[in-house]
Amino acid sequence: MKDTTVEAAFDVNDWLRQDQMPHFLCPGCGHGIALRALLWAIHDARIDKDKLAVVSGIGCSGRLSAYIDANTFHTTHGRPLTFATGLKLARPDLHVIVITGDGDCLAIGGNHLIHAARRNLDITCIMLNNEIYGMTGGQVSPTTSEGRYTSTTQAGNTEPTFDACALAAAAGAGFVGREVTMQVLALRDLIRQALGHEGFSFVEVLSDCTEIYGRKNDLGASPEMMLAKKSEMRPYAYRNTVDVPFRPNALRTGVLSQNERPEYGAAYRSMAAMIRGEREGG
Amino acid sequence: MTATRRNLEGNEACALGAIRAGCRFFAGYPITPSSEVAEVMSRELPKVGGTFIQMEDEIASMGAVIGASMGGVKAMTATSGPGFSLKQENLGYACGAEIPCVVVNVMRGGPSTGMPTRPAQGDIMQTRWGTHGDHAIIVLAPASVSEAYSETIRAVELSETLRVPVVVLLDEVIGHLTETVDLAAVPEAPEVWRKFADGPVEGFEPYEVTEDMIPPMARPGDGYRAHCTGLTHAPGGFPTQVPTVAAEALNRTTDKLILHRDRIESWRVQDTDDADLLIVAIGISARAARQAVKDLRAEGLKVGLFRPVTLWPFPEDALRETVAKAGAKTVLVPEMNQGQLVLEVERVLAGRATVEGLGKVDGQAITPDEIAAKAREALR
Ligand SMILES: Cc1ncc(C[n+]2csc(CCOP(=O)(O)OP(=O)(O)O)c2C)c(N)n1
Ligand code: SF4
Repeated sequence: MKDTTVEAAFDVNDWLRQDQMPHFLCPGCGHGIALRALLWAIHDARIDKDKLAVVSGIGCSGRLSAYIDANTFHTTHGRPLTFATGLKLARPDLHVIVITGDGDCLAIGGNHLIHAARRNLDITCIMLNNEIYGMTGGQVSPTTSEGRYTSTTQAGNTEPTFDACALAAAAGAGFVGREVTMQVLALRDLIRQALGHEGFSFVEVLSDCTEIYGRKNDLGASPEMMLAKKSEMRPYAYRNTVDVPFRPNALRTGVLSQNERPEYGAAYRSMAAMIRGEREGG
Repeated sequence: MTATRRNLEGNEACALGAIRAGCRFFAGYPITPSSEVAEVMSRELPKVGGTFIQMEDEIASMGAVIGASMGGVKAMTATSGPGFSLKQENLGYACGAEIPCVVVNVMRGGPSTGMPTRPAQGDIMQTRWGTHGDHAIIVLAPASVSEAYSETIRAVELSETLRVPVVVLLDEVIGHLTETVDLAAVPEAPEVWRKFADGPVEGFEPYEVTEDMIPPMARPGDGYRAHCTGLTHAPGGFPTQVPTVAAEALNRTTDKLILHRDRIESWRVQDTDDADLLIVAIGISARAARQAVKDLRAEGLKVGLFRPVTLWPFPEDALRETVAKAGAKTVLVPEMNQGQLVLEVERVLAGRATVEGLGKVDGQAITPDEIAAKAREALR
């Protein structure tokens, strides 16, 4: 039968822990927009709050789990994917979402990202990339653009950055996508798709740390920062096409790769069932 | 009828004990001399509907174990020295957030990679203090294969019912020793669990201060939507920096173990009633000491053995009483390190007896003869 229920309108307040407001993010921080888009996507995906488990690491990004009205776990720096792996394997009935930062996910937690992607366990990982360590006061991150000023690169960053989406895809993630906070509806839809994918899904959100990164690099207030981020992207019309004749170095957004490899949890459980079946038969 | 007497290796006994106690999740990373625990778990868990996963490192294994336990499943990991060091940040998380879990640590030589295949007992202090900050933790130190089995069962029970991480500390000799274990001699493991919250969802506090100091745990899916964090938290589960609330939260987790000390502490004594000299030892060193006590008694020397099975919290009252009752003047602590257990014994006895250490760090187990020689010297 066709589902004729009318979708309730999204009200972010339904998803926030009101007693935890006001939140601690700086005015203009992109993480707030990302949180809104995530909650909207969860709403659209009709995920039961009681079956929703949000696991976060440490950083400004990591603090977001506390604001979500669900089962929430604020874990250790760089390790949320490991906690989420145990949680999802032990409780396949839960919908497990990880919120992590660029430092959390790519520096200290880089190894875990590689292996979570390789295993392809059904977890959605939302990485908020603000190119900096916000929580600890603005030190360089693996994603800080070259030449940018941070409190540990006071004459400009000399380390190259890397592409987290390419890494996740190369390691085997079932779903990989990227979006900017400026395109909040596109971001919501991308996360919605990631939530629907069975397997490890990785979404990089290009967020902004206005208060530290923005100030240090004279990037203006949050609207300017968001516009600048957006202008680094390929034009919307060309988002998913490979051959764009102009701006070949622009970052691509939207769904970047998707594959239907077996989901790890299901594969493990069927192997275990086979072992038990053989025992019963024998 | 299934045979209840089986030849088992210490590491295997840990794995089977955990499964018997209801452990259904294991995450680990191979390291000598603990790898057999993971191997047995990988073979046995699927048969009982459990899950085994070999993670990318020890940090990840500890994280996965905590994650599984947060999901409401009994979970365990196993490792050795360097791996235990890697687990410590997340172990601290489990202490702070009161997540039940069991960590088997089969000691090897150190520091660093040390002597992987040789026996040592260098992690006595690491298991007690090996995470940042003040924390409570339980460490059980079996001295035989059957005790590895029964103490791992007890580790699961204590961890679940008290909401605290429990370390099962073996040395390489006990881990790799094969002995006959009568599985039926161990009382059937009761289906013990942590207290799961089952009251009203409205107004539920995940770290409620109850009389027994053990807050009922919110299981995801049961409707509580609690927050769990390693940050110091108020009873409501959210971070706090209010001085009184923060101090209460930290103190409760340590006071909890003091309150339940009688259930936790366990020790064995041999020939202590009239002992002039008391030996205090754990693991394989206690096995050697047992023989030394027999040999010395045969020579007419009054020597006894006190063996803590619960290493932490240290059974301090029991040791003091044993020394007082015997009127022992000297206490000898043989151990395979430069002197760790001896520090605790000195602290506990605080001048009530002369405490002497016997450390050995050459990768060989302490022999009964070495202990006996040192005891004779001390008695002279
Ligand atoms: C083991 C460990 N190392 C370092 C830290 C300090 N620390 C806290 S947050 C953070 C970086 C956070 O950066 P990111 O993940 O990019 O998140 P953001 O704050 O920018 O959202 C660091 C290094 C820590 N908490 N734990
Ligand atoms: S420091 Fe930066 S990342 Fe953190 S809340 Fe402020 S603006 Fe956001």
